[in-house]
Amino acid sequence: MSHPPSAADMTARAREFLAAHDPAAMDRTEFLRACFDAGLAWVHYPEGLGGSGLPRELQRAVNEAFAAAGAPDNDPRRIGIGLGMAAPTILAFGTPEQRARWLRPLWTGEEVWCQLFSEPGAGSDLAAVATRAVRDGDGWVVNGQKVWTSMAHEARWGILVARTDPDVPKHRGLTYFACDMTDPGVEVRPLRQLTGEAEFNEVFLTDVRIPDAHRLGEVGDGWRVAQTTLMNERVAIGGGAAPRESGMIGVVARTWRERPEARTAALHDRLLGLWVTAEAARLTALRIGQQLAAGQPGPEGSAAKFAFASLSQELSGLELELLGEEGLRYDDWTMRRPDSVEFLGRGPGYRYLRAKGNSIEGGTSEILRNIIAERVLGLPGEIRVDKDVAWKDLPR
Amino acid sequence: MNADLLYGEDEDQLRAAVRELLADRAPWPAVLARTESADPYDLDLWRALAGDVGCAGLLVPEELGGAGATLREAAVVAEETGRAVAPVPFLGSAVTATALLLALPGTEEMLRELAEGRSTAALAVPFTTPPHAEFPGTVTADGDRLTGRITSVADALPADVLLVPAGGALYAVAGADTTRTPVTSLDMTRALCDIDLDGAPGRPLATGDAARDALARALSCGAAVLASEQLGLAERCLEITVEYVKGRYQFGRPVGSYQGLKHRLAELWVAITQARAVARYAASCAAGDDAETTADTAVAVAVAQAHCSVVAVRAAEECVQMHGGIGFTWEHPAHLYLKRAKSTALAHGTPGRHRTDLAALIDLAPA
Repeated sequence: MSHPPSAADMTARAREFLAAHDPAAMDRTEFLRACFDAGLAWVHYPEGLGGSGLPRELQRAVNEAFAAAGAPDNDPRRIGIGLGMAAPTILAFGTPEQRARWLRPLWTGEEVWCQLFSEPGAGSDLAAVATRAVRDGDGWVVNGQKVWTSMAHEARWGILVARTDPDVPKHRGLTYFACDMTDPGVEVRPLRQLTGEAEFNEVFLTDVRIPDAHRLGEVGDGWRVAQTTLMNERVAIGGGAAPRESGMIGVVARTWRERPEARTAALHDRLLGLWVTAEAARLTALRIGQQLAAGQPGPEGSAAKFAFASLSQELSGLELELLGEEGLRYDDWTMRRPDSVEFLGRGPGYRYLRAKGNSIEGGTSEILRNIIAERVLGLPGEIRVDKDVAWKDLPR
Repeated sequence: MNADLLYGEDEDQLRAAVRELLADRAPWPAVLARTESADPYDLDLWRALAGDVGCAGLLVPEELGGAGATLREAAVVAEETGRAVAPVPFLGSAVTATALLLALPGTEEMLRELAEGRSTAALAVPFTTPPHAEFPGTVTADGDRLTGRITSVADALPADVLLVPAGGALYAVAGADTTRTPVTSLDMTRALCDIDLDGAPGRPLATGDAARDALARALSCGAAVLASEQLGLAERCLEITVEYVKGRYQFGRPVGSYQGLKHRLAELWVAITQARAVARYAASCAAGDDAETTADTAVAVAVAQAHCSVVAVRAAEECVQMHGGIGFTWEHPAHLYLKRAKSTALAHGTPGRHRTDLAALIDLAPA
């Protein structure tokens, strides 16, 4: 084809696929596999890997045609880490064998992925990770501890950053792997959060064996590979165009409309101020999408996650104040292990508490300010006392 | 939603032409010097903008000698006049007054003169008037003779024609038939004046609903484009501040290496990226691109004004603060930006006023 197809072309292609694969008459997984094999899973991916090598925005026409036909989706909330972080990294750094092995079950949801990055001693300073991977024959033996690992209890695979060379400065001694979560050396323990539930886990890795064929990128190049994952994570958390009053602002605006008795002038001005900010964030996301579609990617994407965090925190705090006495009650402190990451679900108390994580997960707001200041505005970097010191000699 | 929030190629070219002319003719030392001269408006510069670049007639149809462009292009010019704090009556004459005349029949000759840069016009209402204000009542009409006082009017000092609301109708009045008293203005680069009419002859333009609708349309267009002026000003403040903190050394380090400054600048940059999205959206809606976005104009303008006013003031205040001692002096342009920014936050309604207006539009009733 000499020029890219239009949205209407894609709709026609999706309908053609649906005519040959009736979602009502097919097993869900079989349908999703067929969709992947037809190149309609993520059209911007290469042919043979679930895509058709087309502009990303053409996916929308496919999704709309599928939704209209009542076709099942791949439950993106359950496999968000795989879709948003593991997949782009596998695509960018994986060998042909790795891409062929991992991307299809990742997209269909047959294999859930988790992220083995943060450690008790390496949060914002991710490059300081202490989990060791030691070469052993044609594989590696891994020992260490990871934290803040969403969905580890459901995951088949984990993207793992581990130290392969402690004798060089911290950024240079890292390697990136896919870790089989069914290895007997992997122990997943729920990590209960301040919400009462355990969406996250601690993961203890004891003599876990990883074949060298499961390494992503070169030995010692793990930091660069991880950057791809992290950039995609921030886009996944803050990005995406949505209708007006989507998300937290919609919840709070509804509460305001339903409870005239709770209204005060001060709360009103705060609500309207946040409504304006939410609308500004929404239009900014829309503009970022238009820039991407027009082939003019800008640095604005890095602002989206940062803006999202403070907005959801302020809104969820306002919601509790609006609710008065009801704001004093919490739905349930019972320890649970949810099967998806949920910012808006459950009650207002949960929303308030869960939002506190938004400025910590996926890069703290403080680190994001540094990134914007240094990479967008070109301001001087932080003084790095650890830059030229071998990792093993760093104070800890 | 169909609003295009990007800039087109024509808009990029228009921006480049305006920026080049302003850099050449209105560098900040010249702008500062003019604020203390007898002529606060630079009408030579305005004639160049009108003639060479066609800024005066952007909104005017081609058959009347204009460019037949829309508020989207006008918003791009406003970004540039905001960046340069240029002392020209672009907003008052080429946007607000022109939008009013475009909404009324029988104004072709006036529009032609405005488009050609032969005259300028101003809407004679206080600069603080928000888009949905009550019809002004400080001037009365006795037949076609107008009497009364209008205070704090922007871009009226150099205007040949004043568009005056009086007794529920709109009139065109020759500037020379009124008494205009210059106001010592907070924004030295957009001098205001008080206007006294003492039986001044007015040419009736419209009455009743037609007058009310035209006035609301003009104020809405002015407020929408003002948001882009604020965006341009904020962006310029961020640029010169970033430049300064990179080069200013204290304690052996650039002051821009301290998180106390760089984090605030990062936050300001985030707010400006949002300001660009809301300003482009407001301009697109007010431009009348399509029915869906046109219907959203009131919300879009209120959001843009509520957001961009705050961002412009914050950018200018941070510009002063982060320049330290030099930023507090007359010899540095930061004060020109601060005065323009704070004045624009009051112009066409404060952020609080726009939030209040918004409440009714989006069904979030007050207490």
